[in-house]
Order: sequence, then structure tokens, then C-alpha cells
Amino acid sequence: MSLSIATGLRAIRQTSVAFGRRGYAAAAGANTLLLVEHKDGAITGATLNALTAAKAMGGNITALVAGEAPEAVAKAIAEFEGVSKVLTASDASYEKNVAEDLAALLVAVQEKNAFSHIFAGHTAVGKNVIPRAAALLDVAPISDIIKVESEDTFVRPIFAGNAIATVKSSDALKFVTVRATAFESAVSGGGAAAVETVAESPKVGVTQWAGEEIQKSDRPELASAKRVISGGRGMKSGENFELLYKLADKIGAAVGASRAAVDAGFVDNSLQVGQTGKIVAPELYVAVGISGAIQHLAGMKDSKTIVAINKDADAPIFQVADYGLVEDLFKAVPELTEKL
Amino acid sequence: MSNPLRIFVPVKRVVDFAVKVRVNPAKTDVDRNVKHSMNPFDEIAVEEAVRIKEAKKAEKKEVEVVAISCGTAKAQETLRTALAMGADRAVHVEVKDDATLQPLAVAKLLKAFTDKEEKKPDLFILGKQAIDDDANQTGQMLAGLLNWPQTTFASKVTIENEALKVTREIDGGLETLETKIPAIITTDLRLNEPRYASLPNIMKAKKKPLVKITPEDLGIDVSPRIQTIKVEEPAKREGGRKVESVDELVDKLKNEAKVL
Repeated sequence: MSLSIATGLRAIRQTSVAFGRRGYAAAAGANTLLLVEHKDGAITGATLNALTAAKAMGGNITALVAGEAPEAVAKAIAEFEGVSKVLTASDASYEKNVAEDLAALLVAVQEKNAFSHIFAGHTAVGKNVIPRAAALLDVAPISDIIKVESEDTFVRPIFAGNAIATVKSSDALKFVTVRATAFESAVSGGGAAAVETVAESPKVGVTQWAGEEIQKSDRPELASAKRVISGGRGMKSGENFELLYKLADKIGAAVGASRAAVDAGFVDNSLQVGQTGKIVAPELYVAVGISGAIQHLAGMKDSKTIVAINKDADAPIFQVADYGLVEDLFKAVPELTEKL
Repeated sequence: MSNPLRIFVPVKRVVDFAVKVRVNPAKTDVDRNVKHSMNPFDEIAVEEAVRIKEAKKAEKKEVEVVAISCGTAKAQETLRTALAMGADRAVHVEVKDDATLQPLAVAKLLKAFTDKEEKKPDLFILGKQAIDDDANQTGQMLAGLLNWPQTTFASKVTIENEALKVTREIDGGLETLETKIPAIITTDLRLNEPRYASLPNIMKAKKKPLVKITPEDLGIDVSPRIQTIKVEEPAKREGGRKVESVDELVDKLKNEAKVL
């Protein structure tokens, strides 16, 4: 008797699983979860680029907003075209993007919803959380994609952007982080997704956020600025960066730096452009006193127009620059600022 | 915390950072017949582990630093470098082909090794990313598999007994996390300046213990989950034009490039 009940239950379960699978296969395209990154109540830029990448696959997109009070951000992302549902999860640790708790949440949400893809921006948060969640689900994630070929095939740079690989995932679930500069930013409007609260997932609670030091600046955000002026070792000191700030303010640009300038203490780490710093692709990139090492080029060579100002005519930066000026930056930069 | 405090440092042999890689004619990979060296972020990881060892020595606390590399036989050169920098012993997980060895497989190998090893680690310090695949995944994946806390992109590390305090490089600045060991740390560039191995230390490193194991010993399937379909050169830029003066530059930016 009990055996037959068990068999019957198993049959029902198998039927529902099979039905569920058929249901998914019949739906058009991917069924994607987008991890919405936000800070101080605003959706971060990279999330909107990741949304565009997710839309390139077709299918449904569900946005996950986790934070201390996720409602306002959830409402904002619900208004984007292509977002069919928004899930919210509330906890203080999510607000600080604590990896252990956020990855556990992703796993719980995935187990309940069986998404085909999980997308996030390739930001400090995305890089930190996505691989952990992927490992917990036994999936090999794909980092920093610059193109969506199909639902399982993506394009990503390797070797500091000196080679471009097309890769295909054999996992049923794809974890993908998206290079912001490779996709247009999604524009708000045209969407009216329903917002639902997800069931609470257990907190790991082992890591506490103890504080932050954010560099305050009135200039545009480096990663998304339309114009970027960067300084390198040739600037000689932090005080001399004032020359670049003046030029940047005149044309509404963000200021970046090479590793040499950061290591020498001229400017903060968060301004580093390159393989291991920020990747930028503005309309105008002005490299001042930067030689153009492979690692720096990795972060800026997709800029639309590159200008180099350097007194060394043999500096490698001139090989990628659309316009190169061989001159002492201490003469050329003030002159340029004055003439604009 | 075990006694001694034991730090495992995974290191990877990669194409040297100064080499400009070229795509192979078959467009399946890059040409790997070039100079290799230890991944720069891993040098920082070894340096940090050795610095912790030196600092704890002053407190009469013993620290053991174990370097691990997953790769072909040539990975042993990288392990010897780590030993010459101050690691105490090395473990080589020998795989036949490291061009297709992916972060998930490496994380699983490290997890399986941790489970099997009698002298368990208290801390893993890894580089934040390898400069070949640029994945930035292994440390986070290992943390997930071990169910340990993770402090990635570290620019400052403090260990007091079992408490771990790490300052991390995040977008826009820095943040500080507090957690407990056992834990995973991944290193950012600003954490330290790695030392050069001295000739006497290179000689001494040849005598330090290095054991070899295989993925089969650990029961791990290292076959890739992600298949590389093709590898291409990036689009070439038409750079190289020089202007003579600031006036000409302003003119070109306004009238030719139309970016001002």
C-alpha cells in the first residue's frame, strides 16, 4: 500500500517535471535573471548595459533587486522595456553586497525558478558574487562578455584584450558577467513589470561590512563618461594632475590614470584604467604622459577617438592614437585648455 | 585555527605580462611558445603569505606557507619561484593540458586537496585574476565550494587570531570587511610589492619539498565546461597619425573627429 502511494507520488512528480521542461522549451528563447546592482538608491550603469546584453538573447528577463529597502529600485527597474518580472529580497547584508549572503540568495532564487541564464555587470560586485554562486550550482561562469552570439555562445577578450575568444558553454545554466562598454545602456520606459518578494533565504552572516571610503567627485563617472582625460607617470606629481582636472572640467570629462600614476600615489586606485582597473570606451580618450603599456591599452583601446600627448615620439601609445602630439605635456595641456 | 597557521597559495604559470601575444594560425588559441612566468597577482599572494609568516614570527607564532600549482610539468618552475620567495613546501597537481584547465576545475582540485590533506589550511591567498584568461573566478569559486568567507581584491590584510580584516578595492574607492578564518583572500595590485628571490634562496628552494599529485588522485574531472570555438586578433586601430601643434589638434578634434 505505502509502496504504491510512493510510486504514484513519484509518477506525479515525474510528470510535473516533464511538463515543466516542456513548458520551458516551448517558451521563446532564454529565461534570464538579471542581478540589479545599485548604490544609494540608484541602479548602477553596468546593470543597464547587462540588461541590453540579456535582451540580445530574446526571451524573458526577471530582475532581482536585493537590498535593505529594495522597493524603490525595484520600481525603477520594472519600468525598463524587456523586464517581465522583478523580484525583491530585503536584508542589510544585501545592501552592502556581502558575497556570502548574496550568492546564497542567488542559489535560492535559482533553485526555485530554474532560470536558463543569470546575468550581471562585470563590476567589483558582479566579479565578487557571480563566481561564488556559480560554483555553488556547479556551473562554469563566463566573465566579461563583449558580445552575445547565441544563448550558449559568447565573445570575450583574453590576454588583456590581445585576443578575442568565442566560447560556448555546455552547462544547462549560464552565469555571465557583461563588459559595460560593449553594450548600449538600456533606456527606461515601456515596461511595467510586476514586483514580487522572494522567500527569505538563510543568511550566512559570517562577514560583516565595516565601512568604506568612496572617492567623491563632481566629474562624470569614469566607466561611463563620454570623455576621459588620463594621466601617467609623465605627470610627475599629484599636484600636477590639477592641469588635467582643469582640462577635464572645461570639456566635461572624467579623469583616469595609468598604473604608474596610481602606484606613485598621484591619484586614487579607483581611477586606474587598464586590464586590472576600469575598462573605458569613451568617445574621446586623451592620454597624457602615458607610454601605453599592454595593460593600459587593455582598458581604453576601444575608445572612439584616442589622443596622445607625450614628449617621447616612440611611446607605444602613438601606435593606437588617432591624433598624437609630441610635446611636453606641461606646455601642451595648459595651451589645449586655453584654446578649447 | 591550526597550529601552525597554515596558508595555501595557489600560483599559476602564465605567458609573461610583457609578451604581446599573437593568435595562432589555426585561430584556436594564442601562440604559447613564448616566455612564461608566475602570474603577477600570484606573486603578490606569495609575498603576502611570506610577510604574514615573518610578522607572526616576531610574535612567536609559526606559519607554514604552501604553494600549489595546477598545470603541466612546467608548473614546477613556478612552484620553485614561490619556494625561493619563501614558501615552505609545494604541491604540484599535474594535468596534461593546462590551456583547457578552467577556473571551476582548479577550484574543485583545490577543494578536493583541502578535504584530503591532513595539514589543513586556515587561509587561501590567491591572485584576483590570471592575466591569461582574465577570468577573475577561482578564489570566489573555491570559497563557495569550501563554504568559507571570501575577501576579494584585497589591498590590506590584518589577521588577529581568528579575526580577519580586509580592505578591498571596489568601484569608486575602498571598503573594509571583517570575517573569520578559515577564509579566502584574493590579492589586488596594491596589496604589496613582491620581493625578488635572491640567488641563495633560489638554491635553497631546490631542496624544499615538492610533491606531485594528479586530478585522478583527487577524484576530480578537469574536462572543460566551456569550449573555445575560435580565437581571433582584436580589431586593428588605425592609429599613428601625428599632429604638429595644439591648434592642429583642436582643429582635428572639432572638425574631423567631431568629438568636441
